[in-house]
Amino acid sequence: MSEGVSKRFMFVNRKAPYGSVYALEGLEVVLISAAFDQDVSLAFIDDGVYQLLRGQDTKAAGMKNFSPTYRALEGYDIEKLYVERESLEARGVAEADLLVDVKVLGREEMAALMDEQDVVIGF
Amino acid sequence: MGIEVNGKTYETDEEGYLTNLGEWNEDVAAAIAVEEKIDMTQNHWEVVNFLREYYNEYQIAPAVRVLTKAIGKKLGPEKGSNSYLYELFPYGPAKQACKIAGLPKPTGCV
Amino acid sequence: MLHIVNKSPHERSTLAACLAHARAGHAVLLIEDAVVAATRGSAATLAALPAGVSLYVLSPDLQARGLAGQLAEGITAVDYRGFVDLVAAQPRVQSWL
Repeated sequence: MSEGVSKRFMFVNRKAPYGSVYALEGLEVVLISAAFDQDVSLAFIDDGVYQLLRGQDTKAAGMKNFSPTYRALEGYDIEKLYVERESLEARGVAEADLLVDVKVLGREEMAALMDEQDVVIGF
Repeated sequence: MGIEVNGKTYETDEEGYLTNLGEWNEDVAAAIAVEEKIDMTQNHWEVVNFLREYYNEYQIAPAVRVLTKAIGKKLGPEKGSNSYLYELFPYGPAKQACKIAGLPKPTGCV
Repeated sequence: MLHIVNKSPHERSTLAACLAHARAGHAVLLIEDAVVAATRGSAATLAALPAGVSLYVLSPDLQARGLAGQLAEGITAVDYRGFVDLVAAQPRVQSWL
């Protein structure tokens, strides 16, 4: 893999967890992408910010709570997590409500960052 | 499919991974190890227990690269190597150690 | 960047999210249910189109929904060949789900 050219991959998450399979599938793709030594970043915009909310408890809903897995990303060397400020504010969510360390970016910065990527994959 | 331990049948998938990880106990682990032809030593148990703790914390089985790094951090650098883990689990820590630990096959297992 | 949107703006916020992140020089292509945003009656949904972003709609999807005669001004209809040309002309593609 060392001979390969590293590309900038951004995975854009904009859906809440549990109501559809997008959030979980996106997370699995991110974990798998870590095996390919690329420059991976994650963006959370719109309802995607709900994926990172603390205190998720799926017991009564009978589903698997995959929110702890976001905390494993660091061990996979995936440390670039970006959350859009406007999306947080529109939902009354504070950075302190999130279960991992993220970088909060304004919409314009987020758009610029997306524009710098080699590959953008949305979930 | 399933595996029988102490008169109780534990359901497994077609590859031998325990279907319900909540059913796991050390006797089941020992029985799966026998099927995998692994002679469980304290070093094997150390890795198996580490995997279960990792799963409890993160809800996934780690990729081998991540496991190696994390083991090295927790149990010492001499144990945080592929050669050490493959010596214990010749068919791969993902395939064998996770199975014995009652975890699903790791995501990103390539 | 070519942005592709396939959801109606009346049902989902996908188009709004896309337009909020599109930048000058980018192109946006509306396909499937998103083609309703290209009609004169729905054109308000495109008020957020940033300067320098060109807008396209896939005509087969517009025609299929009986909307070919209602294309709003300033939006270019393309066929499948035009779709391919857009992909080729832009360095990257981002599909908004």
